[in-house]
Amino acid sequence: MTGMRERFYELAREALGEDERVAVVTAQIGMDSIGEHPRHFDVGIREQLMIGVAAGLSLEGYRPVAHSYTPFLVERPWEFLKLDLGHNDLGAVLVSTGASYDAARSGRTHQAPEDVSLVAALPAWTIHVPGHPAELESLFRRSLAGDDRVYIRMSDEENHARVDGGGFTLLRRGSPGTPLVIAVGPTLRPVLEATADRDVAVAYLATVRPFPHDEVRDALADGTDVVLVEPYQAGTSAAETAVALRDRPHRLLALGVPNAEFRHYGTGAEHRAAHGLDAVGIGRSLERFVR
Amino acid sequence: MRMATATTLGYADLPALLTRLTGDEKHDRSSFSTLDVLWVLYDRVLGDEDRFLLSKGHGPAAFYAVLAARGIIPLDALDGFGSFDSPLGYHPDRKLAPGVELSSGSLGHGLGVAVGSALTGRRVWCLVGDGELDEGSNWEAVQYAGRIGLGTLTAVVVDNDSAQHGWPEGIERRFMLEGWTALRVDGRDHEALEAALRPDLEGRHPRCIVAEVTPR
Repeated sequence: MTGMRERFYELAREALGEDERVAVVTAQIGMDSIGEHPRHFDVGIREQLMIGVAAGLSLEGYRPVAHSYTPFLVERPWEFLKLDLGHNDLGAVLVSTGASYDAARSGRTHQAPEDVSLVAALPAWTIHVPGHPAELESLFRRSLAGDDRVYIRMSDEENHARVDGGGFTLLRRGSPGTPLVIAVGPTLRPVLEATADRDVAVAYLATVRPFPHDEVRDALADGTDVVLVEPYQAGTSAAETAVALRDRPHRLLALGVPNAEFRHYGTGAEHRAAHGLDAVGIGRSLERFVR
Repeated sequence: MRMATATTLGYADLPALLTRLTGDEKHDRSSFSTLDVLWVLYDRVLGDEDRFLLSKGHGPAAFYAVLAARGIIPLDALDGFGSFDSPLGYHPDRKLAPGVELSSGSLGHGLGVAVGSALTGRRVWCLVGDGELDEGSNWEAVQYAGRIGLGTLTAVVVDNDSAQHGWPEGIERRFMLEGWTALRVDGRDHEALEAALRPDLEGRHPRCIVAEVTPR
């Protein structure tokens, strides 16, 4: 089965062939997979330039797609996202690979659970966290059609199947007053496993910015307890959840990657378990939280 | 470049426009290192389809004065320089000020954007300062543009010897090593500037024009 990264390269190739607006900018990554094309610019290991070039292409009316490993696409050139794109009001589609700990063996330098927090700190970015390659495809195609600033966070982790319906989908209702568990992107798989025998409502969220305040509020219905399960830094959307429920008494449990130096290599599965983001860990957290 | 509907003022009017921007504050020629380069670009060089990106957004009074002289910025806008509702701040904002094609102020951003713009075939002039070249991001752009022979790009380095640690053996050599053509001219000599800045339609390399002005 084709993973998100491979699917992205296919989609980028197709987009270059089909849409003259599209230009792809990379920083020494995916060159063979995307291939040579007059509008594919690999600038070498120069990530600040990658974002600047994307802004320049946007200035000329193109729809740039910038792609690299998560820490090098978002963290290293963050001020270039803020200014070259944001402050200049220029659009681009940024697509990262690596997620929080896909490259666990590579250590902290290649782990970037802060990515969504960082992009979300900037105004007017749309942020997609697809949980399946088919979702990546629809979100990427939709993003290309616009002219706004979009961040798409790909991951090796993925759910069993795509979820239709886009940004926020209520998958399962519980009894009146039961907790609402919101699974972001690829956390749906362990969330469904952990909640299989529990009376909870389960919702799926693949578009985290803009945050679906009204949908979250409606999905909670008469309940008071919300469990937010994010595959990146814990609590990244906690404040947005609080805004959604601003005039309602509620309890919030925000699960995700702790904001700490985590000095371990190994596999993504080991990191997921260590952060309590596998089905067992999520189940334990639910047990403790739910009254 | 957004062209004016009518040119109303000339180079001799610039000091009055600068006074209008900055009040009675002294503004001898050395205080406005970019003034002559900007005037020559807008008066003699840039065409309708060309793009000018001011990377050195720090100290934009000369830029605003030239845009106003060319009729791109309304003269009235000069009066409120830096005030709450003014389109003209201490660093330019392309969403606020007519004719400003890049919001700048944080140094080291313009050349990268200029590369992206020039990759599309657009002819682009980007003004940076010699002090600004301290920022490493400039060199990412210089290296890449040189390697791919981006002949539609001209970097104008206004050199008023303001780099904290200088540029031993010169700015030009660094650009040339990366595949650019480079030339140093008197940054106050309009004829020399015009000759250097005019587009080289056959150019196969990016160009660096170092415009030397009186040191700070």
